Amino acid sequence: MKRSINIWLSLDKITILLYLLLVVMGWLNIYAAVYNEEHSRILDLSQRYGKQFIWIIAAIITGIFALIIDNRFYFFFSWFIYGSLMLLLVLVLLFGNEINGARSWFEFSWFSLQPSEFAKFGTAIALAGYLNSRRHDLTRWSVLLPASAIILFPALLTALQPDMGSTIVFLSLFLVLFREGMSPYVFVSGLLAVILFFLTLIINNFYLSAGITVIAVLVVWFATRKWKIALAGSGIFIVNAAILYVIDHYLLKKLDNELIILIALLISGVLFAWDIYSKKAMAVLVVYLFLIGSLIFVNSVDYAFNELLPNHQRDRINILLGIKSDPKGTGYNVNQSIISIGSGGFAGKGYLQGTQTKFKFVPKQSSDFIFCTIGEEMGVSRVTGSNSNIPVFVFTADNSG
Amino acid sequence: MKDPFINRKYIIMALMLVACLVLIVRLFVIQIVKDTYRLSADNNVLRYVTQYPARGLIFDRSGELIVSNMAAYDIMVIPAQTSGIDTAEFCSLLGITTDMFKRQMRSAVNYSRRAPSVFLKQISDETYARLQEKMFLYTGFYVQPRTLRKYTRPVAAHILGYVSEVDESLIRKNPYYKPGDYIGKSGIEEAYEKEIRGRKGVKIYMVDVFSRIKGSYAEGAMDTVAVQGSDIVSSIDLDLQEYGELLMKNKRGSIVAIEPGTGEVLSLVSAPGYDPGLLVGRVRSENFATLQSDTAILPLFNRALMASYPPGSTFKPINGLIGLQEGVISEDTKFGCDFGYLFVGCHGHASPLDLAGAVANSCNSYFCQTYRRVLENRKYGSVSEAYIEWKRYLNEFGFGSKLGTDFVNELAGFVPSTSYYDRYHGKNKWKALTVISMAIGQGEIGTTPLQMANMTAAIANRGYFYTPHIVRGIGKENVIDPRFTVKHTIDIDSANFEKIIVGMEGAVNGAPGGTAGIARIRDIIVCGKTGTAQNPHGKDHSVFIAFAPKDNPRIAIAVYVENAGFGSTYAAPVASLMIEKYLRDTISNKVMEKRILDLNLEDNIIESETQH
Repeated sequence: MKRSINIWLSLDKITILLYLLLVVMGWLNIYAAVYNEEHSRILDLSQRYGKQFIWIIAAIITGIFALIIDNRFYFFFSWFIYGSLMLLLVLVLLFGNEINGARSWFEFSWFSLQPSEFAKFGTAIALAGYLNSRRHDLTRWSVLLPASAIILFPALLTALQPDMGSTIVFLSLFLVLFREGMSPYVFVSGLLAVILFFLTLIINNFYLSAGITVIAVLVVWFATRKWKIALAGSGIFIVNAAILYVIDHYLLKKLDNELIILIALLISGVLFAWDIYSKKAMAVLVVYLFLIGSLIFVNSVDYAFNELLPNHQRDRINILLGIKSDPKGTGYNVNQSIISIGSGGFAGKGYLQGTQTKFKFVPKQSSDFIFCTIGEEMGVSRVTGSNSNIPVFVFTADNSG
Repeated sequence: MKDPFINRKYIIMALMLVACLVLIVRLFVIQIVKDTYRLSADNNVLRYVTQYPARGLIFDRSGELIVSNMAAYDIMVIPAQTSGIDTAEFCSLLGITTDMFKRQMRSAVNYSRRAPSVFLKQISDETYARLQEKMFLYTGFYVQPRTLRKYTRPVAAHILGYVSEVDESLIRKNPYYKPGDYIGKSGIEEAYEKEIRGRKGVKIYMVDVFSRIKGSYAEGAMDTVAVQGSDIVSSIDLDLQEYGELLMKNKRGSIVAIEPGTGEVLSLVSAPGYDPGLLVGRVRSENFATLQSDTAILPLFNRALMASYPPGSTFKPINGLIGLQEGVISEDTKFGCDFGYLFVGCHGHASPLDLAGAVANSCNSYFCQTYRRVLENRKYGSVSEAYIEWKRYLNEFGFGSKLGTDFVNELAGFVPSTSYYDRYHGKNKWKALTVISMAIGQGEIGTTPLQMANMTAAIANRGYFYTPHIVRGIGKENVIDPRFTVKHTIDIDSANFEKIIVGMEGAVNGAPGGTAGIARIRDIIVCGKTGTAQNPHGKDHSVFIAFAPKDNPRIAIAVYVENAGFGSTYAAPVASLMIEKYLRDTISNKVMEKRILDLNLEDNIIESETQH
């Protein structure tokens, strides 16, 4: 891949424009979040928004340098950069300062550093470097596994901090792997795992298991277009489940309903095994395996969550998912920020008019909880309007690839 | 170069779209579908600060200030907003213990975490000044200015009433009042609470997370202005009131003085009384408990309105009037008296006497015979019928029911109905002689000093009265309740009143055997009637009613001195001094004044109370 001499021509101008637009919007919202009348100049350097301006300028200059530097530089040094940043991630776990319950910052006398932010950049470079040297080989496990390791290593380290936000950012790099040829089964499995994880915590497990089973039957019917298979399968399953239920109800008296579904499915599978094998019904087998996998996953997540997790962490997740509420304690931030966003209504309270923000009911409102300011002051209409350029951003990014 | 996975970009796009959609739907739900969040945000940020109006001032009839206001500051707390407070420093600023702090916080939390409660009542000006600078440190606390009552003289407590904090049951009944609010209790403060309290206003402020005020909400468009309470002009004469309380010192009893022409109460004394200043501020509840627990002298008890006595001989003019009106006697009718009539005794005096002489001499025999004639009048079929007619006259004078004054706890008194006697003696089984003691104001009948003063005013007016009242004007328009301008006319000819008044004049002004010569005032014709209310617990109560001058009377008065014996002994001099004080503002008989001022009847009372 020969580097073009004229950088300007090869630039993806739309992406840069969208990027700059988001940056400016972010800047204005920081201004709104920490706005006070005594320092109303947006370039006031003593305030967050003034500093943000300096960062924006610095970032643009850095960006220009990054563009000018020959891309072979990155490929050459990618492993070095990745390696040193991973070292930093390990070190921050050992020597970092604990702030708000997370060990993610190095604090020095005159500056502080969050290595996970740099690690995101380093991981992207390392992944790009790795994939660049063995293009289109992601269909092979021998390529997929190292590529996954590049992503999972920093994801694990940040999860230990714990900084789930960064973990999710790292995990989102799997989208790239999928885009470049990763097996859809792996991708769907991963996606399913994430979705099921949250559904397990929110929905009663019996309904969830039953729901997954019904969906699986429907999928079989859609995939094979043979209602006989779907019907016969459901029939066998229901009979199995009913027998199990009766046995449990009168004799064992200790099986949960969702466990009955799982066992009934396993028995049904054995009964169907020869049929599937003889007819080479791969689609049915795949669906069946996903179904069994999902149910096992659901039951183990439930067990882990209720039996293995310490109480306070369980509380924190419960509050995050809205299962429990504790508006004065752990849930204060979440509660106040939902109040902020919720009070914005359709049109919002107007720029610089958000009372929740202005009177500092929301913590960290210029960084982690910046969206409260946006939601409160702009309302649902304008948030939707302005956020719609994020998917556009993603679309154009792929086009330029 | 061909990309075999080009279609996967659409899957990724779709995922992005779904994620965005989920966010937008969630946003839609919390921003538009649910309005609880908007309300929470308002509750977070808006603080409703009640603007307390000052209570109206109270003046006496000559425009002299009796009751005014002084500022006080309550510390309020909103428990939900308190956090990170340096309790030790806060307590030392306020001069309270940390135990007290905890106690007050607990009771505030018990009331409500989100609504303000009173944390500490009525802190001093100095404490307030010290605290003001540091108030911002104590989030969730703020200062609520209030007004307290201030009295120019330590008198008229029973008339004015007092102001106290509302209790929980009242808050439930009347949502206007909030915890920590004040309300008038008894007297003018209670009767005119609606007018005198004004109307609370509310200022809506925006506060930040530290509950610091950040400006007014919507530029004050939603605020309501507090309306000041109306000023009240009372009908009392403050000098007369003070003099009356002075005269009644170390005695028990009451004085009620009324301006006959208007029904305005000039003075209303109930002894023993208390200093109204005792029931103000932080000391209020403690002092109130002390006053209330003083069961020996009952300082909070307003005898003028709430004590029911048999009227005694002061009732004789009424029976005379009814006899005249019913035509069973005339002014010339004479009855003989040989130390009494049947079983009712009498004192020694000339005999026989005509009506005026009988009033002046307070002859029991005369009025027993008159009363018998009234009840045995052939005009009515039976004693019962005649009694009903007699009772009707009494009701016209205001006996047996509440007068409808602007005093809040007035007693109705008691005039027995025929059924009362029917119950005791059987229907038509009782005769005039059965109830003969009513002729001289003894027996079952019960009247209050206020009712007796009103009766005296009606006699002074020769046949009518206005409902007694203590307030002659409210607010700038100086209006009063229309019920006080209604003339109550008594169904007895004014000529008959003149005949009785001659007797009352004689009683004071030198008729042979007159019982109340002691009440005489040079150059003022005082018309009076002595009385002795029987007291089963000890020495009888001394009673005197009088009005003056005889023509165009300006004051009608009833005086009760408990456990003092005959009416002429103490009640008559007190009434006389009051009349002279009011009409002339000087006292000519200094000797009598000194005798009354030095008189201490408390020893009598203690003696008599140990007897029974």
